[in-house]
Amino acid sequence: MSRRNALWFWVFVGPFALGLALFTYVPLVWSVALSFFDAHNTVTPTHFVGLDNYTAMLKDDAFVDSLKTFLVFTAFIVPATYVFSLSLALMVNRLKRARAFFRSVFFLPAACSYVVAALIWKMSLFNGVRFGLANTVLGWFGGDPVAWLSTTDPPWYWLVIVTVRLWLQAGFYMILFLAGLQRIDPVLYEAAAVDGARPGWTVLRHITLPQLRATSVAVVLLLVINAFQAFDEFYNLLSDARGYPPYARPPLVYLYYTALGQGQNLGLGSAGAVILALVIAVVTVGQARWLKLGRTDADG
Amino acid sequence: MTSISRRTLLAAGAGAGLLTACGSNTGRGGGGDGGGSGPKLSQWYHQYGETGTEQAVQRYAAAYKKAHVSVQWRPGNYDQQTAAALLTGSGPDVFEVNGPTLDQIQGGQVVDLTELLDGVRDDFNPAVLTPKTYDGKIWGIPQVIDMQLLYYRKSLLKDAGVEPPTTLDALVDAARKLTSSKVKGLFLGNDGGAGVLGGTPLYGAGLSLVTEDGKVGFDDPAAARTLGKLHRLYADKSLLLGAPTDWSDPSALLQGLTAMQWSGLWALPQVQKELGDDFGVLPFPKDGSAGRPSVPVGAYGAAVSARSRHPEAAKEYVKWLWVERTDHQEDFALSYGFHIPARISLAEKAAKLKSGPAADAVRLSTEHGYAQPLLWTPAGQSAYQDALSRIIKSGASADRELRAVVRKVSAELDRVKKKS
Repeated sequence: MSRRNALWFWVFVGPFALGLALFTYVPLVWSVALSFFDAHNTVTPTHFVGLDNYTAMLKDDAFVDSLKTFLVFTAFIVPATYVFSLSLALMVNRLKRARAFFRSVFFLPAACSYVVAALIWKMSLFNGVRFGLANTVLGWFGGDPVAWLSTTDPPWYWLVIVTVRLWLQAGFYMILFLAGLQRIDPVLYEAAAVDGARPGWTVLRHITLPQLRATSVAVVLLLVINAFQAFDEFYNLLSDARGYPPYARPPLVYLYYTALGQGQNLGLGSAGAVILALVIAVVTVGQARWLKLGRTDADG
Repeated sequence: MTSISRRTLLAAGAGAGLLTACGSNTGRGGGGDGGGSGPKLSQWYHQYGETGTEQAVQRYAAAYKKAHVSVQWRPGNYDQQTAAALLTGSGPDVFEVNGPTLDQIQGGQVVDLTELLDGVRDDFNPAVLTPKTYDGKIWGIPQVIDMQLLYYRKSLLKDAGVEPPTTLDALVDAARKLTSSKVKGLFLGNDGGAGVLGGTPLYGAGLSLVTEDGKVGFDDPAAARTLGKLHRLYADKSLLLGAPTDWSDPSALLQGLTAMQWSGLWALPQVQKELGDDFGVLPFPKDGSAGRPSVPVGAYGAAVSARSRHPEAAKEYVKWLWVERTDHQEDFALSYGFHIPARISLAEKAAKLKSGPAADAVRLSTEHGYAQPLLWTPAGQSAYQDALSRIIKSGASADRELRAVVRKVSAELDRVKKKS
């Protein structure tokens, strides 16, 4: 019997374990190995260079800039998504009718691909000529057309980048908040009302937000990790056949060009990837400690 | 017990399905198999925009009898795709490449093709053959010559009282005068020109990217002065930015979004069809006393992957298509988009290149053409392009930006020279 169990274990787990090893762990280890070699145009390098790639990467202004870009992006997108999706959840939660309808409507963008959304934002909403949607609206008020993605002063491209992601992900986090809201015991609100707390800001501040603590921690953590992994919308909004502009270039986009562009410096790219992975690990662990991830709402 | 055996069967079937699904997309076979017996060769092209090109290359492959050639037409980031494919054995045997790059040659990823040009080497345009030559050997056979140039609408210039600009200062002034609330003066691509212009303004100032003896070619105050002028175009708001199509597509000019546009020779048939006589072509104008007009020329080359299982058959096929079959070469260069044949003898014969703006373009390419040197590596290129973008768009100090680029490019030149 136990032998048969073992057989079934491998039948079900085997393919996935194999896939995980083949497509995740092997490339991971390989990439770390590559980072210690001069690997131009090869994945089986022979010229060991020690930590040269790491020092080159850390001294590279463009890479350091890309880390700063990531920080700026996080500073915009995390609070914006948090506030926006929480507001949506609070509004939907108060609905007496058609709640399912609005829940679905707000969630729907989460099903859209980043690439498709980025192209719509780039080609029709925020293109730089007079017939783009944003410029048409500006035109009604007598404004001149703005080249949203090409203007660096003021940096209008951030508006495009942040709004596309906000639109795409707010619905998903709204669902998380809704689940959290529905777990709050209504008795708490009744007690608050009896104690004279006015509905609105006071109740939100002293009942809803503390009760949502665990959900909030999870949401912020996911948002930060997602921001670190930013690639799709940046690449599709700003790249062209000749490359990528030197602004709004997050680390993954920069490494993509270093390692997989025509430069094919796979060693340097791998070193950058390892540095980035370490940064993500440190930030995530630090954040989890600081926010006390794993405590339940009841402990909060 | 019976239920378990049924499940066993199901699980085994599903497992087998998964495994075969993984192995099916090898990048070989599929559509576009050519005729012929003998070994199987796979040939890659990037996606050309002009209709009919894909069918043409399929036709050439099918006409080859000594091997079974399957053509892959690859949309998207072609350079990245080939670079990744060359790392493995499942890549193409024969592929066109905007190079090969020096690192591909030094890394032994492409095969020496020198002997293919025995006896006809002098018939290939030296401007585009030189960047494919390294250590005296040839690593790619130029297919066709592409060039870029400045298109302008004669009527719009006349209405604004502007002469076709012959200096960079005149270009800046013309672009400003041609700009109105509806039409911009100049289109250099949606990034403001950093990508497509590349080294062209430097050559316009009488400088170069890399000198013939392998040194940085723009370590000179004139470089900063010229590149700094490009910022004026941006600051004057004369540049079209954020257009639905990029510089390589003439739509912005044809739709009247801009009065002048930098684009490729390949766009000429379309421009001619839509605008008739109402357009002219210019080189990038000269700047400064040592300056001379410049136009970039380049060639996609046919190369053979060192990981090909049939390198000799692949070389033979390349020789057949890109050296012997001049009829195919002529058809490929001139029947779809506009390209200049890489063979001097074919270029001289081509009737389509003998009159009107096409003849002007060919003259510009012979008089003012420059090709990107082989020693200009992608890492140097991206440092330069970043700097140029900051100079144009952010008004960064050209002097300071270029100093950093010169350092980076010198380091790259040292690196590649050490390997040789």
